[in-house]
Amino acid sequence: MHGALAANVDQIFILLRDWVVSFLPAALRPFANAVIGVVAIIGVFPSMFALVVVLERKGVGRIQNRYGPNRVGPYGLLQPIADGIKALIKEDIVPSRADALVHFLAPLVLLITVFMGYAVLPVGRNMELVDMDAGLLFFIAMGAATELAVFMAGWSSRNKYSLLGAMRAVAQMISYEVVLLLSTVTVVMISGSMSLPRIVEAQNRYTGVFPNWYVFTPWGLAACVMFVIAGMAETNRSPFDVPEGESEIIAGYHIEYSGFKFAIFFIGEYLAMISMSGLGTTLFLGGWSAPFSFLTWMPSWFWFFAKVFFCLIVYIWIRGTMPRVRQDQLMNFAWKFLLPFTLLDLLVTALWRFMGEGWLRWVVTTAILVAAWVLLGSVESRRRHFGPRRYRYAE
Amino acid sequence: MSPVFYLISAITLAGSLAAMLLQRTVHCALAVTVAFAGLALLFLSLDAEFAGLVQILIYIGAVAILVIFAILLTRSAGAPRGEVFSPHWKAGVAIAAVLFVVLGGALLRSIAVLPHETAAPAVTMRDIGNAIVGRYVLPLEIMALLLTAATIGGVIIAVLEIGGEK
Repeated sequence: MHGALAANVDQIFILLRDWVVSFLPAALRPFANAVIGVVAIIGVFPSMFALVVVLERKGVGRIQNRYGPNRVGPYGLLQPIADGIKALIKEDIVPSRADALVHFLAPLVLLITVFMGYAVLPVGRNMELVDMDAGLLFFIAMGAATELAVFMAGWSSRNKYSLLGAMRAVAQMISYEVVLLLSTVTVVMISGSMSLPRIVEAQNRYTGVFPNWYVFTPWGLAACVMFVIAGMAETNRSPFDVPEGESEIIAGYHIEYSGFKFAIFFIGEYLAMISMSGLGTTLFLGGWSAPFSFLTWMPSWFWFFAKVFFCLIVYIWIRGTMPRVRQDQLMNFAWKFLLPFTLLDLLVTALWRFMGEGWLRWVVTTAILVAAWVLLGSVESRRRHFGPRRYRYAE
Repeated sequence: MSPVFYLISAITLAGSLAAMLLQRTVHCALAVTVAFAGLALLFLSLDAEFAGLVQILIYIGAVAILVIFAILLTRSAGAPRGEVFSPHWKAGVAIAAVLFVVLGGALLRSIAVLPHETAAPAVTMRDIGNAIVGRYVLPLEIMALLLTAATIGGVIIAVLEIGGEK
C-alpha cells in the first residue's frame, strides 16, 4: 500500500533526527535524541499557538458578524507578532502587598506542566517523545498539576476577586477532571493499554474503506462528547470560563498579571487547549491514522495536525456560539449529569466488549445511551426554585 | 548512587525543610507540594511508573489542593505563624531519632531477610490491574464502601447545616 517514497515522507522527521544524531558519539545519542525532540516540541506547538490565536480572533469575529484583526499583515495573519511585542514592552506590575515569589512562579509552573503533556502525544508514526507504559496517566497527572498553578496565581495576588476566581477555577477543574478521566477509561478498556501509541495502533485498522476509530462507535461517540466538554472545562475555555470571565469577575486569577506574565498565562491556556485536542484526537479520532484506507499514502503527521485543527475549530466555534455557563450550573452539570452518564458509558463499553460482533451490540448500546441521555437530561432540566440566600462561614 | 538520585533527594529535603521553617502557612503547603513532587520523581527514577504518576495525580493534584483549601477556609492564611520552633523541640527530636533508628534498621535488615528479591522488578500496568481485580479484590470492594460512606457523610454534614439554620 505504501511506496518507499511515501514511507520516507512519513518518517522524514525521524530520518532527519537520526541523521543529525549520527554525527555524535554513541554515548551521547539518547540524550541528543531527547534534546532534539524537546526543541521540536517547543518550536512547533507555540507556532501553532500563534496560528490558533489568529484563527480564533478571526473566527469568533466572523461569528459575531465582524472582521477579526485585519490590519497587521495580509488578512491579519501577523497579529500574533504584534501581540507578542506589545506583551514584551508592557510594564510588569506586581502589587506591593503581593507575594512576589509565588506571583512570579505561578505562570512558570502553568507553562511547565502544560508543556509536559506534549511529551506523550504520538504526533505521527513512531513520533512520540516518550513511549510510557502509562502515557495517558502521565497526561492526566500533568493536567492535575495545572490546578496548583492556577491557585498559586490567585492567592499570591492578594486580591479578593483574584482569590475567588482561583477557588472557582480549582473547583471547576477538580470536578471536570473526574469526568475527563472516566471518559478516557472507556478507550483504555477497549484498546487494552494506557500507552498512547498503542491506542492509536489499535484504531489504525480499516473495515472496507472506513477506519475503526473509536468515535464511530456508540460508546466512543458518547465518551468523545464527554471528553470534549470536560476538556473545555479543564482548560477554562468558553463556555466554562467563569473563573476568567471579563464581565463577571474581572478576569479572575489573572487580574494582577500584566505584560509578559499575562502573555504566559494566555500561552498556557491555548497550549492546554491544543494538547487537550491532541489527546482527544489520539484517543477517539484515531491519532495519526488516515480517514480512508485509500489515503494512507499521505504522511501520518499531516493527518494528526489536520485532526487537531479540526478539533480546534470546533472549540472556537463553540466559544463563539454559546453563552457563558453560571458557576452553579457548571457544577451541577458536572456532578449530576456528566458523571452518571460517564459511569453508564463505562458499563455500556463493557457490554460492547462482551457481546459478540454483530448488529445487536450496536442497537443495544445505542438504545441504552440515548435513553440515559434523555432521562438524565429531563431530570436535570426541571425548573429550580431558589429561596433566599443563606451564608455559612467557617469558624 | 547516581547524580540524579542526589538531585531528587535535595529537592525533596529542601521542600520538607521549607515546609517546617517558612513563616506563612500557605507557603508551607506549597513547599510540601515540592516534597511530594520530589517523591514522585524518586518513584519514576526507580521505574515504578504507576506509583510515580499516581503520586503526582493524587498528592499534587488532590491532597495538596485539599490542604490549601483547608488552610484558606480556616482564616489562618494571611497571618504569619509567629514562633516557628515549638517550645517542645527536644521531645520532637527524640521521637524523630527513634523513628529514624527503627525505619533505618528495618531497611538494612531487609537485605538479610529477603535475599532473593532482585533490585528492580518490572511491573507493568497490566500486572497491577490483574493484581487489583485478582488477588486484592477484597480491599478494592472495601475501598468502594469507604468512598461511598465518605460521600454520604459529606452530604449529611451539608444537609444538616441547612436544616440547623431553619
